[in-house]
Amino acid sequence: MLEKNPVIFIILAFVVIMIGTTVTMIAPFKWINGPNDRIAEVKPYTPLQQEGRDIYMREGCNNCHSQTVRTLAADVERYGYGGGYSKSGEFVYDRPHLWGSRRTGPDLAHIGLKYPDQKGMWHRKHMENPQSVVPASNMPAYAFLNEPLDTTYSERKMKLLKFPYSQADLDELKGKTEMDAIIAYMRKLGTDIPIKKAEAGQQASVSKNNPFSDLKAVKADALSIYAKDCASCHGDKREGTLGPALTGSSKTDAELFAIISKGIEANGMPSFGGSLDEQKIWKLVTLIKLGKQND
Amino acid sequence: MNAPTRYYDESVKGFITWSIIWGTVAVLIGILISLQLAWPQLNVAPYLTYGRLRPIHTNAAIFGWGIGSFIALFFYITQRLTKSPLWSPGLARVTLWLFNFAIASAAVTLALGINRTKEYAELEWPLALVVAVVWVLFSTNVFMTILKRKEEQMYISLWYIMATLVGVTVLYVVNNLGVPLHLFKSYSAFAGTNDANVQWWYGHNAVAMVLTTPPLAIFYYFLPKVTGNPIFSHRMGIIAFWSLIFMYLWTGAHHLLWTPVPDWIQTVAMAFSIMLIAPSWGAVFNGYLTMNGKWEQMKSNYLVKFLICGITFYGLQTIQGPMQAIRTFSAFIHYTDWVPGHVHMGALGWVSMVLFAAIYYAVAKMNDTEIYSVKLADTHFWLVLVGQLIYSITMWTAGVQQASMLLATNPDGSLHYSFMETMIAIFPYYKMRAASGFIYLAGLLVFIYNVYKTYQKGSSAESVRA
Repeated sequence: MLEKNPVIFIILAFVVIMIGTTVTMIAPFKWINGPNDRIAEVKPYTPLQQEGRDIYMREGCNNCHSQTVRTLAADVERYGYGGGYSKSGEFVYDRPHLWGSRRTGPDLAHIGLKYPDQKGMWHRKHMENPQSVVPASNMPAYAFLNEPLDTTYSERKMKLLKFPYSQADLDELKGKTEMDAIIAYMRKLGTDIPIKKAEAGQQASVSKNNPFSDLKAVKADALSIYAKDCASCHGDKREGTLGPALTGSSKTDAELFAIISKGIEANGMPSFGGSLDEQKIWKLVTLIKLGKQND
Repeated sequence: MNAPTRYYDESVKGFITWSIIWGTVAVLIGILISLQLAWPQLNVAPYLTYGRLRPIHTNAAIFGWGIGSFIALFFYITQRLTKSPLWSPGLARVTLWLFNFAIASAAVTLALGINRTKEYAELEWPLALVVAVVWVLFSTNVFMTILKRKEEQMYISLWYIMATLVGVTVLYVVNNLGVPLHLFKSYSAFAGTNDANVQWWYGHNAVAMVLTTPPLAIFYYFLPKVTGNPIFSHRMGIIAFWSLIFMYLWTGAHHLLWTPVPDWIQTVAMAFSIMLIAPSWGAVFNGYLTMNGKWEQMKSNYLVKFLICGITFYGLQTIQGPMQAIRTFSAFIHYTDWVPGHVHMGALGWVSMVLFAAIYYAVAKMNDTEIYSVKLADTHFWLVLVGQLIYSITMWTAGVQQASMLLATNPDGSLHYSFMETMIAIFPYYKMRAASGFIYLAGLLVFIYNVYKTYQKGSSAESVRA
């Protein structure tokens, strides 16, 4: 009968398709983004951040960068930056979501925690010329974002998305470039989540004394780690560029260890405790303390 | 015997021509972006950067080549299975114009950075509307032809065609719901986790309703035509059909394993993905068993090679897919190049192989002639096969290598490799992948030449007859 009546057939096909659809796509609206998902600290985007987000979308950054830290140890360690894995409540203001499906570049869900510096110097240098910061990077250059930001629709966007905004927020847009906007968005990502400071500091307290006292023994290793992780901000010869010079330091070994391991939130120094083991960090400390400029 | 029905094939030919053109665009852009991933200085800001080109590649491939040739072949198959002319040739002509307008505008707007960022639903709302209109016009034409059919029994292909018509409509409309800001910008109607769940319900079922049911309709029609063997089991076809369109819709969240989407949705998606092996392989077995006792045709009939190779890749694809949908395996390979390797086995191996066979057959038939050169068709076959295999194998390898490095830890639990080190390790594979694209392109060009020559042969034969 079915094979002879196209009208009944197509209705039945529709019904069959709608069963799975109803259970896994329609019904979840009842739970997702509900009160249980809410994180009180997560705030909507400001006009400048939303403009930045729209530029992120325009340039298709989502084609290479995901925005969800999975509940996997390696994901949390690599992309959590102290903010743990991604929770549903972090995304309630994201229309659309930008979770992505491929990581040709690193996940950016919590990138604001990695580069907290106010001026976004690292991001600016990196986006203008990615290879100047990460030499082997295959990211395109986005220097063309140094153009005045079009703010024609900024206020209307806030209204449409039902985000609160003040006149001060709108005034903030004046004289801004597209680059400023996308950096403002980068700096926002992940920073609303409450972080348990004690937990983040735990890792650094394990270390005691520098096991290395002879630079010669660790120099080759230290220089290769330096070239990979530090040179982009402190210069190829440790002469200092974005970050300060690292030839000799008045800080103690333990202080240097803590800085490398935990980072300095105020001035943009990222934390390397997640990506470098203790031995490697001590080697860097030794290089900074004992190394000369021409080493 | 009754007088033969006069079929309206002008729009079939039109859609075939344009789908091949858009398919070539997709491959060319694919090659360009594969080169950009290996050599970033090839990005030309702002219009020709990877982020803007990748959606053009996927849209040209799925909507231009895929949907375009499906429309052509649905028009072709439906008329012949119903023994009726197309309901409205005029509507079909309008559909072709609108279709080309939509795809061309898609390329332009995406290069300008006008996009919704939802994968495979990037087009902004005015264009999404045009796409919806194209689909409704096309669906109406096909469905009305079926309603007015002269052959009472509806063959399996027609079921898959009808499921496609209704399925794509539901998916496309829901995932495109949004609020317009102005003509070139809108925001999704859904937020965050909800939006992700809707997107991958759409994304995965686009695979079902665009990249599975249409090629299956085409496969079920052309395999018996090409080989002269009736399909092995009608009953297996029925069971496989209904279970396929039932199960697919539950599986979208396997794209979202380990994310904030509720756990139970992920688990349900994982379970249904594994169950999907059964109906998928129902079609594969139906194909294989149809060849029972006639396997020598793999050697003697060039079209059988394309079709059987295609259904074999479908079989591999529907084993690999469910494996990827398992949490542990997904944890390993998700977000790596393994996935593009998988996708391209489906797109280049399964869908395109079946389309090549169908187009060769239909073009010769419609022009009342034989293919221009079987030898060239063989060359085409081997070039696209080798190109596709190199693509997929290099990407699987790259994916496994990068995944292993990303998960490697030191004795104290810290990560062993920086993100950049994992990328440097896979750059050599990116170069091999780009090379595979050129091989595939060479095969495609041979195909285009062969089709063009077959048309020429047909029209000269026609003038002789006249």
